Amino acid sequence: MADHMKRFRQTLGESLRERGVSRRGFLKYCTATASMMALPPTMVPAVAAALEKAKRPSVIWLSFQECTGCTESITRSHSPSLENLIFDHISLDYHHTLQVASGDAAEAAREAAMHENEGKYLVVVDGSIPLGNPGFSTIAGISNLQMMEETVAGAAAVIAVGSCAAFGGLPQANPNPTGAASVSDIVHDKPVVNVSGCPPIPTVITGVLAHFLTFGSLPELDALGRPMVFYGQSIHDRCYRRPFYDKGLFAETFDDEGARKGWCLYRLGCKGPMAYNACATTKWNQGVSWPVESGHGCLGCSEPDFWDAGGFYNALSIPDSDIIRNAGIVTAAGVALGAAAGALNRSTRAKAAAKHETVTIDDLDRKS
Amino acid sequence: MTTPTDFLLWVRGPGFDIALVVFILGVIIRLLEVLVLGRKHDYSEPRGGELGPGLKTVVTRTLPETGSFKRAPFTVIGGYIWHIGFFISLFLFVPHIELINATLGLSWPGIASNLVDAVAAVTIVTLIAMLFSRLTHPVKRYLSGPEDYLTWLVTFLPMLTGYLAYHRMIDPYPLVLGLHILSVEVLMIVFPFTKLMHAFTFFIARWYNGAMSGRRGVQS
Repeated sequence: MADHMKRFRQTLGESLRERGVSRRGFLKYCTATASMMALPPTMVPAVAAALEKAKRPSVIWLSFQECTGCTESITRSHSPSLENLIFDHISLDYHHTLQVASGDAAEAAREAAMHENEGKYLVVVDGSIPLGNPGFSTIAGISNLQMMEETVAGAAAVIAVGSCAAFGGLPQANPNPTGAASVSDIVHDKPVVNVSGCPPIPTVITGVLAHFLTFGSLPELDALGRPMVFYGQSIHDRCYRRPFYDKGLFAETFDDEGARKGWCLYRLGCKGPMAYNACATTKWNQGVSWPVESGHGCLGCSEPDFWDAGGFYNALSIPDSDIIRNAGIVTAAGVALGAAAGALNRSTRAKAAAKHETVTIDDLDRKS
Repeated sequence: MTTPTDFLLWVRGPGFDIALVVFILGVIIRLLEVLVLGRKHDYSEPRGGELGPGLKTVVTRTLPETGSFKRAPFTVIGGYIWHIGFFISLFLFVPHIELINATLGLSWPGIASNLVDAVAAVTIVTLIAMLFSRLTHPVKRYLSGPEDYLTWLVTFLPMLTGYLAYHRMIDPYPLVLGLHILSVEVLMIVFPFTKLMHAFTFFIARWYNGAMSGRRGVQS
């Protein structure tokens, strides 16, 4: 416990040094963080100074209707990276997948963290919140909604990690059997940052935390509450296959010549043009690759309703309904109605012709 | 939460269905009305065939008549530029071909997207110039009614929103793509009830002109 308290009081700089991270390594991390947050190089010393002095903030991680993919994403961030160390240097006081304690002890840890850091701690939520029936998802007998409202009440800010927490995600997909809602549907009186993705890129999550540590505030957000620095540009705009789109060179199947040559995957259903995320630049698995580089189109997992936004393998421009069937029915109806209208017009013309009276010169003379 | 994605899904789903129904019903009913009504029987002795001159006129009227070209070169050239530009943008842009492939099962190679972009830019500028000419030229202005301005608008908006969508000038992308699709749906709905129907009826009108002249043995 004493050790825990010592670590709690340590600054990030002290803690990193204790773990054998060199000054050079630390500055490299600061430079990467600054560039990731689109800050000018002159800001690097400021970032370093702020991170050096930063105290470990308490973080409470709440997992609701989720698949643990977001936690998997974080834990598989290339270990032992500096991002991981940063993660070690926040005080993750509650995370029911990662913590050793369970049951009452785990809940006690959450409550203790809330009381000790009233108004200062961060809440990370992954998973959506069922509003249909509180019994659909509970932890220690507490419904997700109740636990979130309780925990968020004393928080500095809430970070909704993953598309389920940010937008409702897969649990909210049609027909949304649990009445799943996103964090921002429920929390209105605290700042909420949406770190969407299924799962989000680990660096993006740690980047948001680094921003909070550096500036004591949350980053600039887009219209959907996502940090602009990571979600400011679309996959399409940053895609290395973009020149092929511009040239009109497309893969038609997953194993044709175009696919082998690495042409654009638009026709195979890539949702890159409507997906805002950092995959194209940050990549995955230690920067090894990302979905489009591996030959599969983007699913647009960082966007609201991505699960219901049409087939994954349908091009973005294709309507969702069965057009051929609809067009067939409407054409048949059109032919029937058109023929009826035509017949009506013909009969009107025939009647007019029948009523037509022939007038001779004699008739006209008689009348005048 | 209503998001731009929700909007896109609506215009690409129910919105498109509504537009498709109105468009197909409207066009077929109007065409059948014209065709079923036919023309008055001509009892005169024919001095020539109808088929050849009829078909020929459908093609030859695509070229401008020398007189009107001399009188109004701007109108003729502008009309060509924007019609051709509109067709290139509509039929040779790959996302559009994908839509047609999914709808009708027909597919053909597209051209480079940035080439379509250049054509679209020229088309948009030409459409604006045509409107300016319509508003400033006293005769054109006198001849123009509300329907002319409506048809200009519903033709112009898909070009404009398409250009904005391609260049991603409105964020987020689902919003601008949704606006583009919506503008096309407006065009589809307005189409059967306005002079935009000429896209289908011009064949019939030219055919009748050519066929009638052919029957009389005169040049059409």
